[in-house]
Amino acid sequence: MQKVYTKIESIVGNVITVRAEGVRNQDLVEVTTSQGTGYANVIKLDGDKVSLQVFKGGQGVSTGDSVRFLGVPMRVSYSEDLLGRVFDGAGKPRDNGPELEGNMIDIGGPSVNPSKRIMPKNMIRTGIPMIDVFNTLVESQKLPIFSVSGEPYNELLARIAMQSDVDIIVLGGMGLKYDDYLFFRNVLEKSGAMSRTIMFIHTASDPTVECTLVPDLALAVAERFALDGKRVLVLLTDMTNFCDAEKEMAITMDQVPSNRGYPGDLYSTLASRYEKAVDFEGAGSVTILGVTTMPGDDVTHPVPDNTGYITEGQYYLRGGHIEPFGSLSRLKQNVNKDTRSDHRSLMDAMIKLYAAYKDSLEKRSMGFMMTDWDEKLLKYGALFEEKLMDLSVNIPLEEALDEGWRILASCFEPNETGLRSDLIETYWPKEK
Amino acid sequence: MPSARGHVTGVNGNMVNVAFEGQVIKNEVGFISVGDTKLKSEIIRITDGIASLQVYEMTGGIKVGDDVEFTGELLSVELGPGLLTQVFDGLQNPLPELAEKCGFFLERGVYVDPLPDREWDFTPVKSVGDTVIAGDYFGTVPEGLFTHRIMVPFTLQGEWRIKSIAGKGLHRSHETVCTIENQRGDVKELSMIITQPVKVAIGGYEERLLPNEPMVTRIRVIDTFLPVAKGGTYCTPGPFGAGKTVLQHLTSKNADVDVVIIAACGERAGEVVEILKEFPELLDPRTGKSLMERTIIICNTSSMPVAAREASVYTAVTMAEYYRNMGLDVLLLADSTSRWAQAMREMSGRLEEIPGDEAFPAYLESRIAGFYERAGKVRLRDGSYGSVTIGGTVSPAGGNFEEPVTQATLKVVGAFHGLSRERSDARKYPAIDSLDSWSKYTGIIEKKKVDEAYSFLRRGNEVASMMKVVGEEGTSLDDYVIYQKGEFIDSVYLQQNSFDPVDAMVSVERQKLAFSVLYDILNSDFSFTDKKDVRAFFNELRQRFLDWNSTADDDPKAEERKKEVLSYFQERRK
Repeated sequence: MQKVYTKIESIVGNVITVRAEGVRNQDLVEVTTSQGTGYANVIKLDGDKVSLQVFKGGQGVSTGDSVRFLGVPMRVSYSEDLLGRVFDGAGKPRDNGPELEGNMIDIGGPSVNPSKRIMPKNMIRTGIPMIDVFNTLVESQKLPIFSVSGEPYNELLARIAMQSDVDIIVLGGMGLKYDDYLFFRNVLEKSGAMSRTIMFIHTASDPTVECTLVPDLALAVAERFALDGKRVLVLLTDMTNFCDAEKEMAITMDQVPSNRGYPGDLYSTLASRYEKAVDFEGAGSVTILGVTTMPGDDVTHPVPDNTGYITEGQYYLRGGHIEPFGSLSRLKQNVNKDTRSDHRSLMDAMIKLYAAYKDSLEKRSMGFMMTDWDEKLLKYGALFEEKLMDLSVNIPLEEALDEGWRILASCFEPNETGLRSDLIETYWPKEK
Repeated sequence: MPSARGHVTGVNGNMVNVAFEGQVIKNEVGFISVGDTKLKSEIIRITDGIASLQVYEMTGGIKVGDDVEFTGELLSVELGPGLLTQVFDGLQNPLPELAEKCGFFLERGVYVDPLPDREWDFTPVKSVGDTVIAGDYFGTVPEGLFTHRIMVPFTLQGEWRIKSIAGKGLHRSHETVCTIENQRGDVKELSMIITQPVKVAIGGYEERLLPNEPMVTRIRVIDTFLPVAKGGTYCTPGPFGAGKTVLQHLTSKNADVDVVIIAACGERAGEVVEILKEFPELLDPRTGKSLMERTIIICNTSSMPVAAREASVYTAVTMAEYYRNMGLDVLLLADSTSRWAQAMREMSGRLEEIPGDEAFPAYLESRIAGFYERAGKVRLRDGSYGSVTIGGTVSPAGGNFEEPVTQATLKVVGAFHGLSRERSDARKYPAIDSLDSWSKYTGIIEKKKVDEAYSFLRRGNEVASMMKVVGEEGTSLDDYVIYQKGEFIDSVYLQQNSFDPVDAMVSVERQKLAFSVLYDILNSDFSFTDKKDVRAFFNELRQRFLDWNSTADDDPKAEERKKEVLSYFQERRK
């Protein structure tokens, strides 16, 4: 199976076709061009006509270049040696470290049997109050951060990577600006989190095909670590770039587009990635936090829309903070009953008051008279935004809850908060 | 007829082209050999001596020249005692057994017998010499809560005579319990298990009837305002996060039917896990047994192969029809039919068919209609009645109901429960938009009275939108009262508190009682001085009504709470 073919019949976009026999679907192929050796994989077979998707792109490929079928599907090396390393979308080192070739595992493996899944039950602590208190992240959850270009979503991901209490972080970057890649690397190295991080980075100038491979590589590695008992957090940024790369590939292959040019299988494509989030009974877990930038801040755009149907809630990142409204962790009720007795009630009460603050704010901006109650709410809102919503705040859940009580106490009388009397007795700050 | 063979000539995504020798049938099942594994697939097109197969597994590793064996049979399910309580994938592989065999992952090419070959207590009801036709039952076995009828396969043609039949006693499900012969001398050996093609509707009944009996869901807005009939169809479209799945789970728990089949089609695996962990522990109030005893789950979640997703809704409806033919009321809940339609779209794209709206195939509407038309209430040959009710969720792209799947579904269903983002954002549960939705069935309450209540809702809504423009000051007192009455219906009747054990599920009697009080309030004229007075009155009335709602019938306080409602508004009546 190591025969070399040197007659490429067509080159369209990133797809080339050769005539060859005995080739298996999705096998890996080595393509040697004047610019060096790269990889491709088999995406279509028609008689002896084999279509290959070239990772580095079709640019510069000559009809006389050589193609060698390797007889194995796309794989990635798996071992503890991955920790602290950075790879590109083809799985090649991006740092100066050695290439890893031992213990190769398949990517895009089969899905988990639903009857083997268990109810998610462990909280992931991130030190960010807007997540820990209001929309708790749960092990094995899949959650996107819905945002728009210009928002600090990569800063948020980096903070979560540094602060969360998981064993391993796998960062998948798709279409990242080179600056953003350097930002991630610098921040993680400085904080010391790099030693438990693996990065698969596709930057905006890299070939499109490699972008579509990043989630599969990241998740295949994450899944293995989870099976070995590790709690893994996979961070994917930005899934919209991934979908756009999929769109580009589909159109090159003459597929009929369904909605705004995206392929008809966009939902299945995204689902097969996000569904890799799992809690293995008796072993570790995979949690996925992705970034989905919404083109034009439009949540009905096919990418955020399909994502929303797949994931277990979403965080909205707007104006530099996680929105208390609209953001939702569908699994939070699985865990926030066991954290502290005041968690749920305090969360509800503070959100209700924050909603009232927004109304007062609107009233003020329209020039209405401010009542005493409005003034209290305005004070509360400002404190809430400063002490809890600001992304730079890094405090454990318990401290965040205490902070919440302090904010309430400095603005309101106990009976104005709508909290149960027994909770007020226990938690209302005594000193004043 | 010997089965045909062939070899692979091309692979494109999950579609494989095969050159064959001998005869093949469209929609016949074939197995592609890849190394040691055989991948199940179905012929979906035959052109110029090439059969196109959709593969129910991942197609990585298939190469040109791989052997293909055809079975000569259409894609089928096995029907027989032991289906209840099971969890299958879209091709009827029992998932827990697969897990025992393969561990955490769904390895491809592994197929497990859907029905265990266990012993059942067989009682014959026919004797040697009796004449039977397809769909007749010749014996019964007890299966959990029901008497399971052992039937003559639905695909047999003509009249058959029983040559021999097993006596009463324990028999294995795969063992021959009955031998039949037709006039031509063909002999068939029948076991307790029938193999039935999934895309062929099961007949074997006397006649189809109009669905006229309400299926009670214990959700007020459905039972009273937007009823569903046993044997009817309904759909629940809504944007993500509006609570489609929550609503279906509650219906699957509370519906007054005998058997519930849940088809989780292309949705999150986590949602199925909730059912799997929760149902065995919940008791069915009608039987006192675990809810799982009346449930079958077909689970082909979003990351499982797409072609099997397409098959899963047919697998589910075939099982539903099978239990219907035992004289049972069956509810099939499909979540979500949009994912099923998307599976059709993916295959259509691979076949390079000319696309219709949003790239869905041109036959989308007829397929959706064909699926929902398999619901119905029937009279069986022995005079008993059975029904299949189908409720499907729809996940419209962008939450926009104008898209092809929602529109095609609305044409063929009898009730439409549209969920709205505004209501779910405002935490109004259930988020069914009662003004947009409709039902063609008769519910538990007289149609005329429901229409009257509706008119208050509609006028209240009109006043509310007018008030947004002219403000409260610009609204007349009479209009304001109508507005408050509309809001009142919403808050005390349409909405339910899903966390309150009493209010979360409301019996028919209780709904009738509460509605009569509500009706009385709506039709009363009150004397008010100003709008503040109106608001205060309805706030207090609402509080009292909600307190009554959360008090159980057998609670000694129930009568008192009801009186508090009645006395409060009767005093203020003009």
